[in-house]
Amino acid sequence: MADSLFSTPAALDPTAGPQGSGAAGSPEQGPGHGSGEHAHGGYNLTGFVIFLASESLIFAALFAAYIVLKGSAPLWLPAGVEGLEVREPLINTIVLVSSSGVAWLAERALHRRQLVRFRLWWLLTMAMGTWFVVGQAREWLGLPFGLGDGVFGACFYLLTGFHGLHVITGVLLMALMLWRSFRPGNYDGGEAGVTSVGLFWHFVDVIWIVLFALLYLWQGR
Amino acid sequence: MTTTPIPFDPRTLRAPHPVPGAPDNWRRFFTFNTDAKVIGIQYIALALLFLLVGGLLAMIMRGELITPPADLVDPSVYNGLYTMHGTVMLFLFLFPILNGFNNLLIPPMIGAPDMAFPRLNALAFWMFPVFGVVLMASFLVPGGPASSGWWAYPPLSTQNPLGLLINGQFLWILAVAISGVSSILGAVNFCTTIIRMRAPGMGWFRMPIFCWTALAAQTIQLAGLPVLTAGAVMLLFDLSFGTSFFQPEGGGDPMLYQHFFWFYSHPAVYVMVLPVFGFFSEIFPVYARKPLFGYHVVAIASFGIVFLSLIVWVHHMFTSGTPQWMRHVFMVTTMLIAVPTGIKVFAWLATLWRGKLWLTTAMLFAMGGVFNFIFAGITGIMLATVPVDVHVGNTYFVVGHFHTVIFSTITFGVYAAIYHWFAKFTGRMLYEGLGKVHFVLTFVGAQLNFLPMHWAGLMGMPRRVASYDPEFALANVLASLGAFLLGVAMIPFLLNLVSSWVRGARAPANPWQAIGLEWLLPSPPPAENFEHDVPTVISGPYGYGLGHPLVADQERYEARLKEG
Ligand SMILES: [Cu+2]
Repeated sequence: MADSLFSTPAALDPTAGPQGSGAAGSPEQGPGHGSGEHAHGGYNLTGFVIFLASESLIFAALFAAYIVLKGSAPLWLPAGVEGLEVREPLINTIVLVSSSGVAWLAERALHRRQLVRFRLWWLLTMAMGTWFVVGQAREWLGLPFGLGDGVFGACFYLLTGFHGLHVITGVLLMALMLWRSFRPGNYDGGEAGVTSVGLFWHFVDVIWIVLFALLYLWQGR
Repeated sequence: MTTTPIPFDPRTLRAPHPVPGAPDNWRRFFTFNTDAKVIGIQYIALALLFLLVGGLLAMIMRGELITPPADLVDPSVYNGLYTMHGTVMLFLFLFPILNGFNNLLIPPMIGAPDMAFPRLNALAFWMFPVFGVVLMASFLVPGGPASSGWWAYPPLSTQNPLGLLINGQFLWILAVAISGVSSILGAVNFCTTIIRMRAPGMGWFRMPIFCWTALAAQTIQLAGLPVLTAGAVMLLFDLSFGTSFFQPEGGGDPMLYQHFFWFYSHPAVYVMVLPVFGFFSEIFPVYARKPLFGYHVVAIASFGIVFLSLIVWVHHMFTSGTPQWMRHVFMVTTMLIAVPTGIKVFAWLATLWRGKLWLTTAMLFAMGGVFNFIFAGITGIMLATVPVDVHVGNTYFVVGHFHTVIFSTITFGVYAAIYHWFAKFTGRMLYEGLGKVHFVLTFVGAQLNFLPMHWAGLMGMPRRVASYDPEFALANVLASLGAFLLGVAMIPFLLNLVSSWVRGARAPANPWQAIGLEWLLPSPPPAENFEHDVPTVISGPYGYGLGHPLVADQERYEARLKEG
């Protein structure tokens, strides 16, 4: 979805016009003149980076809420709850974070026009993302507290759930990119879609590292 | 969402000339059209419809307040009225109408054929009727619409006495959330367009001020809306799913919501006022026939405002149990905003100084808007001062100040923009006579409506009440008369818009002899603006009386307009 929306109809393709891409240009020069090939993808990437920057602030706000509430709540853990089990989530974390490296390998393969290798690495990234989501779901089902159990329960489920939605979105976007790689010649003019999804995936991973530290490592008060 | 591309051939959209009797090809305004100029008009028309809705709610309120007791509507209905009035005016009138102007003005002003992501643009627009309907539907649900004010502070906003999942507050949060998503998508589009699609030769400091202010305003959207969204999600969970983020009895913190809400909703005022500063900066040089005074400083001041607007929000919480040190810090940052805004005001006044003023309706509205803004700026500094705010913070003084900004400045600026650019984008001239009637009624109505509110507030009249002490009666009668006058002022305005578009005189390409890329296009501009013949910009904007051309080969572009 994101890719089809973040795209410019052929009629408006800047490569055809006198304008174009390139860096933002010097103060009196304007954004630069038709450098051709990558202009199309250039807009998409610019738009996507702006979007991710904005998206990261939702997480920043949720993290801030967590820190403030944890600092001020008179009762934090619900009655009978000692804390969160760290072992399984840690394995999950390692899988998710290393999937960023696998995604990078996939992007490199695509850049070198090794389409088969790209698909394999990409599929592995998707599998690791799916592993994470399944692990998260299993953890949810085994927990002794629910959404309504104090501020802690609310924060835990909101933060992990909102992040989990991003992981699922990422896997779906990767599936879309995989499907598009079977369209002949699809990646001849650049791979802005894959780059954007790759960027999204790294973003999701970095968010998780912060989240893991906040939820699982910082358990004392 | 499907990935099938929407069939799009701009050439089919370019009707040669409007046929007498109706705007050409009006059906396209009711379709998923990806042309920024169609989307712009869609935004503006629908936003004006909601202006009527919000205005109607306001007039019911003023009808209630014309006498001290609560006799026209029940006090609980009154709570719903002011909540919905504020929400409609901000989320369904001002944000969308300014997005409409972004769509109309940004691509032609920078010489781009369209927005960077036309389909995303259309998607963002079509969310507007969706959240409009969601919000309006809340009038029909049991228990009525949201009634906790447009701030929706918990724990008041998380009361759900009827226990229904679909209630007025639920729909309110849903509408605000959809509006937020739409605005973020729009902001991504506007920023990318301005950053990447400027004409050759148009460096940052050759860009019209409106594009500077639009970029600044959209930066605020990108920085602030995510925070509001996070707060709104937590509020929704508290309301509907039994969490206690903001409920003290469950260990939550209601102040946290206030921080989230105002972190966005203070800068939101700048999201609305910055583009209006852009309108003023575009309009004064045209009708004063002088270059904009201090162009560089005015451009940079926009981003000074962005920065400061993100660090002042606690001034709305001086009476919410905020620690004293925090009050002091935010009092100082709030007052600092007077510096960049003051710079702009002085630049406009210096532009007008010794200019040859051409008092068109657009110019009158722009001058009236700045006049009102200076007054609002002074009362703003008063409110920023902690000792004053503690006394008048929850009185009609704030209501008067806020409306002088939102209506008497921002809406005046929007009217000025409509009178200035209507001819460009419809190809028809507005009637100046009706326009001046509209201006006089609006100006008098606004002063009559909002000045007495300051007075009532200083005497101690609290806001958000349906009944009040008889000592405030005179101020309220005057304010109500002003409100009804503003209602009457809509008649010549709407009459002018409709009749001009249907049978007004044909507009030339440049009716105001203005300088700018958009005035080098025919009226209305073709679907892709300059298409592949984008001019190369060779000098800065607003070169009035300087005698140098704006673009290379200017004669050729001008000659082409005469042939057309
Ligand atoms: Cu404020």
